[in-house]
Amino acid sequence: MSGTMPPKKERLSVREIFSLSGATGPFIGLLVLCAFLTVATDSFLSIRNFLNILDQITVLGILAVGMTFVILIGGIDLAVGSVLALSMMVLGYLNVTAGLPMGAAISGALIAAALTGAFAGIMIAEFKVPAFIATLAMMSIARGLANMITNGSQIIGFPPWFNMGAIIRYGGFLTMTVAVMLIVFVVALLYQRYRKGGRELYAIGGNPEVARLAGINVKRKTIAVYTACSTLAGLAGVLLAARLDSVQPSSGVAYELDAIAAVVIGGTSLSGGTGGVGGTIVGVLIIGVLRNGLNLLSVSPFLQAVIIGTVILLAVVAETFKHRGK
Amino acid sequence: MTPDGKSPILSLRNIHKSFGPIEVLHGIDLDIHAGEVVALLGENGAGKSTVSNIISGTTLPSSGEMTWQGARFAPASPREALDAGVGMIHQELLLLPHLSVAENIFVGRYPMKAGRIDRSTMEARAHSGLERLGLDISPRRVVEGLSTASQQLIEIAKALTLNARLLILDEPTAALGSEETKLLFKQIERVKAEGVGVIYISHRLEEIREIADRVVVMRDGEKVQEFDTAKIPVRTIVEAMVGRSMDQMFPPIAQPTDETVLEVKGLTSPVSRFEDVNFTVRKGEIFGISGLVGAGRTELVRAIAGADPIRSGSIILNGDDITPNSPRDAIRQGIVLVPEDRKLQGVVLDHRIDENIVYSNFETVSKSGWISAPKIKAFADGVIEKFGVKGIGRQNVSEMSGGNQQKVVLAKWLARNPRVVLLDEPTRGIDVGARSSIYEIIHGLAAQGVAVVVVSSDLEEVLGVSNRILVMAAGRQSGILDHAEANDVSVMELATA
Repeated sequence: MSGTMPPKKERLSVREIFSLSGATGPFIGLLVLCAFLTVATDSFLSIRNFLNILDQITVLGILAVGMTFVILIGGIDLAVGSVLALSMMVLGYLNVTAGLPMGAAISGALIAAALTGAFAGIMIAEFKVPAFIATLAMMSIARGLANMITNGSQIIGFPPWFNMGAIIRYGGFLTMTVAVMLIVFVVALLYQRYRKGGRELYAIGGNPEVARLAGINVKRKTIAVYTACSTLAGLAGVLLAARLDSVQPSSGVAYELDAIAAVVIGGTSLSGGTGGVGGTIVGVLIIGVLRNGLNLLSVSPFLQAVIIGTVILLAVVAETFKHRGK
Repeated sequence: MTPDGKSPILSLRNIHKSFGPIEVLHGIDLDIHAGEVVALLGENGAGKSTVSNIISGTTLPSSGEMTWQGARFAPASPREALDAGVGMIHQELLLLPHLSVAENIFVGRYPMKAGRIDRSTMEARAHSGLERLGLDISPRRVVEGLSTASQQLIEIAKALTLNARLLILDEPTAALGSEETKLLFKQIERVKAEGVGVIYISHRLEEIREIADRVVVMRDGEKVQEFDTAKIPVRTIVEAMVGRSMDQMFPPIAQPTDETVLEVKGLTSPVSRFEDVNFTVRKGEIFGISGLVGAGRTELVRAIAGADPIRSGSIILNGDDITPNSPRDAIRQGIVLVPEDRKLQGVVLDHRIDENIVYSNFETVSKSGWISAPKIKAFADGVIEKFGVKGIGRQNVSEMSGGNQQKVVLAKWLARNPRVVLLDEPTRGIDVGARSSIYEIIHGLAAQGVAVVVVSSDLEEVLGVSNRILVMAAGRQSGILDHAEANDVSVMELATA
């Protein structure tokens, strides 16, 4: 073991410029899936259907971005579905019941979501509670709080423009909700790739002790990541409220599992340190396209669940084989 | 054959062991008789652990023969060795803290009755095993919370209930106080009287003189000397342990300036790993820290680098008290640590070389938090070139040799132009070629006026690179030696004081 690998050719390849942080495999999978559905259905390949898919993945997409950061540092957040519901209920309460303007209500909803994340993050970083447990507890707490606001019933009666934001396609293309998702994607990608803070996440996920000895404030960063993830869950809640034009405390059950699935399909390792938002976006699209395509093919929802589960397994098995081949 | 004519219970003949192309044992012969304590001595890396691992079935020898109670012996697993009657008690205790004493003794071979664990038999047998060692501990007690010495003795009881005829004790007193050590020795005498053979591995030469009947000294994978009595001067043992010529590996030592850079005052760890340590390091000086495993050297430098908390004392840099609270603080002040365990603390193995270098140099490659990819590439390439890392930025660190990985760790810290560099075991697990280039880097740092602290278990290395050497023993500072007065014997005497 004295030698090094033969030096590889040093050039910035096209692949590197369009790097998907190791999500090339999932991306090819997505293309194959789209090709198959184009042939198998009449209606898959159309702008309209594509915009539909974007509409359908907004909530999952935003949740999955937050989840990516958490998983990148080697954590997990099981609370995002419940936090989404809590954010929705706070929004409904502030806007409809308390009569505050929408701007204030949205801020309130996001702050409530952020607080749950900060709390879980402090438990994990300062009190060394395993992330699985801390966020499992928060999942229950946030769900309970969401239910307490209205004693379990839904709230309706948002101003009409709120729902319109999720329906009207500005420029014939973008709804407000999809625009928000795309902004989140772009900001997250830029952060992860070009911000010091984003690169630090990889160091922490790779090895927290190395990161700490390198002068990275691992505790503060951990709390910030859980706070950001919950805030994004809160934002997803606001968008879901706009789409449904109502809020109910039972929203978002098991969404955390979809988000984790999207992250994993996108090639981010659950042990942290590798992967990224680029792959997650591919993962979200795979889930979105798959659901859409299976609906177009009139596959029963029960079989759909089986197929999506199989895809998750395939994605991870493929990843494992790729690493073994190295 | 021993003086009293008994034949040995265990014989090793011409045992060789290679790991890959490197042979670490070169033909070891060893005899152990019933009822004697044989001390196995040597520096770190001399091959003591490999020998005991072969006897206890943890590793297989590459060639050679072992005879156990007259029959050929080649245990393929610790379990086989244990069944044959060879019990190894490891330095790190392997008890299950939440199970009872009896359960720990019988784990994996619970006495059964009608398909269920026969608790009363188990506890009775555990009790008799403990009694044999004169231990007054209830077999039903949970192990957690017992003193280290008691846990040590439970391990021995475990081996004895398996009718072990040979016990291998690896550094059994490393974590024990003097009272506990006395207790352990009393039990060893008792076991010995029952005709059990004991191989005793330790760094503490004084206690060897107390407990051992014979002494075997190993060096560089060979048995270099055997004494038929332990009543020999410590000096003689030390000379046998270290007696080798110095290679021409170390560049000549330069004189440092008189300007003090780092001053450590009364530094004490909150968990008593080290106490009241005082020293200064001058500009351009290479300051060695020596001592045996467990003397508190690593803990000391980690505390100076802000990686571990301290209870009292202060760290003064160029006259200012800057006692750091976190690695971040220390790094800002220009104190960097190249940690002991490269793979767990130095690099992220699955990440690329350039990424690893950047993790400690974000300021250099970013502007108000924005990182520029061309800057990373230029910076990383420059650092890789400057410190002679054999590889390119895009390679994963896990693909590199140990020496090159260590150069990545050095590079990522030295690129910051630190004022104080703390190196903990800088050449551990690194081949000779890479070693000398690391020594060159160390001397280069001193020449630039950096204060360098080198912690090493390799005596030759500390002697070869240091202007002065601080010797630690059991968390205390036992002395500081000048280059002129430091030699293997004087350092070892302080280290075992």
